[in-house]
Amino acid sequence: MRKRFKKWVMGRTDVMDRILDDASEIHDQPRETIKKQRMELVREMEERPGYERTVEAEQKGFYLIYHIVAVISCILLIGVLLYTVAMLPRYGEENTRADEVVERYVEHGLEETGAVNIVSGMILDYRAFDTLGESHVLFTALICVMILLRVDHKNMRSEYEDYYTVLSDRYYSLERDTIIRTMGKILLPCIFVYGIYILLNGQNSPGGGFSGGAVMGTGLIITAAAFGFDRVDSFLPLRVSMWMTFLSLMFYSFAKGYVFFTGANGLENHIPKGVPGAILSGGLILPLDIAVGLVVAGTMFGFYSLIRRGNIGGA
Amino acid sequence: MTYMTEIFKIIMLVLLIICAVSVNLTRGLLKAVIIFMSYSSIMCVLWVLMESPDLAITEAAVGAGVSGILFMATLKKIDAEKEDAREEEPEDGRERT
Repeated sequence: MRKRFKKWVMGRTDVMDRILDDASEIHDQPRETIKKQRMELVREMEERPGYERTVEAEQKGFYLIYHIVAVISCILLIGVLLYTVAMLPRYGEENTRADEVVERYVEHGLEETGAVNIVSGMILDYRAFDTLGESHVLFTALICVMILLRVDHKNMRSEYEDYYTVLSDRYYSLERDTIIRTMGKILLPCIFVYGIYILLNGQNSPGGGFSGGAVMGTGLIITAAAFGFDRVDSFLPLRVSMWMTFLSLMFYSFAKGYVFFTGANGLENHIPKGVPGAILSGGLILPLDIAVGLVVAGTMFGFYSLIRRGNIGGA
Repeated sequence: MTYMTEIFKIIMLVLLIICAVSVNLTRGLLKAVIIFMSYSSIMCVLWVLMESPDLAITEAAVGAGVSGILFMATLKKIDAEKEDAREEEPEDGRERT
């Protein structure tokens, strides 16, 4: 090596000469074969029956119609949406059509629902049926993702496939990252306490089931990213999360069914409203908040877990 | 004070539009996801300015947190980050060793 370097410094030989030649020999060979294969493919395509007509149509601008139609439909959609937005009442302006409902909610909301936070009173008392549908949509979405991404011995192509994917995920996962571990140790208690606070205080302050559940689901995802899925599995195995989601949805359905039944038939409602402002107030709002929050947290973590390892919890 | 809030709101709305347009114009998928997450953060501030803090909490947790994480996990699952790197590689014809 040193001799060659000396020779090169003295100007007798070019060190890079052989190396460059070798490299070009190595790398050009497959490129030429690839080129040949591509040329053959192009020839095959040209020899196909409908090829000439397709080329003619392309040259005549037949496929231009698709572009034109796409642009026109985009512009139409933008126009329709902007027109609809222009029809909406301005922010904070008086709206005569919706005034009746708004007045009812603002004036009688506190005494009818027992919730200081009128938004919670709306989504979990007046419009509880919508929220029931939303929770079921989340549950259905989780089931659909599970059908697509669940990995078990039935849909594995070979017995090694799962092993290798898990191994590669472990290798590239963030569990070894010191920054994420340390930040997780500092942040996770705050995130969980904040999530539980939002969940339990939904009837008194901004927040509620969906927000608190989303914050807690984010906390579960950070736990899985920082300390590994085993840590989450230790307190939330598959059976627990499934029963949790199922019981939450069942409780929501039966509790709201009772309320709808009594309300529709003019019967007396036996659920106590409590003192407005206390934690145990608002009638059914607090338990329903907890149910929705558990469903949302389980769904958020379930999506992440299914995408990362193809399973929700340790079997 | 309200004057300052109006100016701040307008700045945030302009940033929102810039984010929304640049998500479409960015080539790298990972960059697009990060811009989308910043869009959600700006939207979170705007929800607070529009006096709906419960929506702001949800937007921060779902829009800026979970959906971005899910996008990134999906990109990793389909090896999209490598595709991005291949696109940005200079076209000298040689494979990387």
